[in-house]
Amino acid sequence: MRQAFDEMSSTNGHVRPAYETLKQWLSTVPQDVLDHRRKEAEYIFRRIGITFAVYGEQNAQERLIPFDIVPRILTKDEWGRLSKGLEQRVKALNMYIRDVYSKREVLKAGVVPEDLVYKNPAFRPEMNGQRVPHDLYVHIAGIDIVRTDPDTFYVLEDNARTPSGVSYMLENREIMLRLFPELFSMHKVAPVENYADDLLATLRSLSPHGGHEPNVVILTPGIYNSAYYEHSFLADKLGVDLVEGRDLFVKDGIVFMRTTEGPKRVDVIYRRLDDDFLDPLAFRPDSVLGVPGLMSAYQAGNVTLTNAVGTGVADDKAVYSYMPEIIRFYLGEEPLLPNVPTWRCREADHLKYVLEHLPELVVKEVHGSGGYGMLVGPAADKAQIEKFREKLIADPGNFIAQPTLALSTCPTLVEQGIAPRHVDLRPFILSGSDKVRIVPGGLTRVAMKEGSLVVNSSQGGGTKDTWVLDA
Amino acid sequence: MRVRIRHEITQRFAPGSRNLSVTVRLTPRPHEGQFIQRWTLDLNSDGRLHPLEDAFGNLCHAFSVDGPTDHVTVVAEGEVETFDTTGIVRGTVEPFPPALYLRETSLAHPTEAVITFADSVKDASPDPLSRLHALMVHLHETVAEIEPTPTIMPMSAHDALVAKASCPGGLAHLFTAAARHLGSPARHISGYLAEDDEGTARHWAEAYVPEIGWVAFDPGRNLCTTENYVRLAVGLDAFGVAPMRSTGFECRESVCAQDGRVPTRAVQSQSQGQN
Repeated sequence: MRQAFDEMSSTNGHVRPAYETLKQWLSTVPQDVLDHRRKEAEYIFRRIGITFAVYGEQNAQERLIPFDIVPRILTKDEWGRLSKGLEQRVKALNMYIRDVYSKREVLKAGVVPEDLVYKNPAFRPEMNGQRVPHDLYVHIAGIDIVRTDPDTFYVLEDNARTPSGVSYMLENREIMLRLFPELFSMHKVAPVENYADDLLATLRSLSPHGGHEPNVVILTPGIYNSAYYEHSFLADKLGVDLVEGRDLFVKDGIVFMRTTEGPKRVDVIYRRLDDDFLDPLAFRPDSVLGVPGLMSAYQAGNVTLTNAVGTGVADDKAVYSYMPEIIRFYLGEEPLLPNVPTWRCREADHLKYVLEHLPELVVKEVHGSGGYGMLVGPAADKAQIEKFREKLIADPGNFIAQPTLALSTCPTLVEQGIAPRHVDLRPFILSGSDKVRIVPGGLTRVAMKEGSLVVNSSQGGGTKDTWVLDA
Repeated sequence: MRVRIRHEITQRFAPGSRNLSVTVRLTPRPHEGQFIQRWTLDLNSDGRLHPLEDAFGNLCHAFSVDGPTDHVTVVAEGEVETFDTTGIVRGTVEPFPPALYLRETSLAHPTEAVITFADSVKDASPDPLSRLHALMVHLHETVAEIEPTPTIMPMSAHDALVAKASCPGGLAHLFTAAARHLGSPARHISGYLAEDDEGTARHWAEAYVPEIGWVAFDPGRNLCTTENYVRLAVGLDAFGVAPMRSTGFECRESVCAQDGRVPTRAVQSQSQGQN
């Protein structure tokens, strides 16, 4: 693999302008001071209890996501280009989902193959013909971005269901402000603290009926969910109620919350619960996490669910490969942010190519997430590749493959000092009925292991504060 | 034929339950083979029935019960005029193109055994309709029909095949899973079968044949539906056609469907759990 582009030192070793001050600062601060601050940061994280659980581990115990104290810096220009591309992408995602559940023009035009929609487990027949408030489906999107050189940002993945990680973005900034006030006085960093206000404004704008101040709640599966911390964190920041399914009930097509003062009507539910569990009367009958009758209230247009039901039909990795065509189809524009070239193993000639080039490629499950069930060819041994080959031949439609990208690196504090580590970026895009809001930056995830390209927190990835310079 | 139907469902809840939500799928729609002459729904409580249509075009009603109560009873009653269409179902509301009915579901999942079973009629005929008939015959010969087991959902396609015996719902799952594997869109149907002095709730399947349309197969009886069948609801599997969905624990159904010209009444009861 060719040498990765380093966001601080470029490939030729010259410091890029945005990082000049930081680089200088890093060279003057002794390593033990940095180590000390890192420990301090860890101590704060532990104290506030921002942890997550890894599914599939035997004693799925709560873990701390490693936090790296060296910020990642983007210029105002870079961010400007990124945010335009993100807005375009989310607009197309919303139009696509609306179409798939109504006229299905995109299928009639042959842009996306029918079976990719109809046989997609994330397609919800229940949503067919169902108008959602303000015709918006993906109100909160997390679009994963990777970079390979100074000018090229790729979209790696769309998350249109219940993207998580925003609490880390906010906590990381808070901790950086506490630990390194001097760095902030040397840089003009765009704030992210207004995310909570933006989210609340977005959610309120989505109320099914205008007028009075809508009642917004956050619906969580409960304390055993790996992202529970984030659910309670957001409820706290937004000043809204955090509820579980049993706190809500439906009466005559209207959703109510049980309170000590009697039932209170609910207008907008920011649900962090998967579609399958939302309503035992419509989906999984054994779900005890959902609200019986919720879908009938939703169908009657009396409540907004954020994100809408069935948005997963737009964000699996097979549909991803059609996103450039989807953007052209609905917007008549060229995608501002390119896709990573993708082979669809469901197509015979693509499969043939993939099978012949497994050691060079990254192969992912269409519905996988969290870095599970994927093969990183260059990092895998022969046995792993052969095992994956069998899986691929048995069910090609379940996989896509991409070239192994030389993800950009950022300076990161590791045991040996400051060293480059691979990063990605998840900005959060809020689509309200009034406008689209994106706080500058997002969550930078970093692969703490040398050479590793897997940034997922479940696989040992860490996070960084992301700075967008205001000037 | 004129078929009189009375379908009563009682769902039990923990004593003292409040704020219950229930959805029923208990109103048949007309098509070329059936004409609804009269149909009413009755509740034992004072809840208001909110009519809605589900994704597959079934007429549903949602209602809430304030409680406290330990049960909810719904009675559907009516008369349907039926005509023999040799199993061809036309004039239905079709919100989806046939391709949607190639979807897999957990109850109609093509396991290896189901795939082997389906493949055994793959070469029976190049004509899809003949192949579907071959599938029905093969299914009828392989899996025996038994009375529905109380308190559970119909068996999955796989379980029906392995047990070599299943209720009509399980047979329909096996038929739809196999037909889908063979490339024919197929779906699950709930309804009633009226015969002389005996009437029952029944599940069967429909498969899509190009140029003909939807054709109804009852693999348990090895025939395409006749004027003795009243079609109630359509879905991808038994979950999708469940006559009542709620969060209670025991569901008791009693169904009486009879030829309107025959004066006698026969009532058949069965229990069916929704959860």
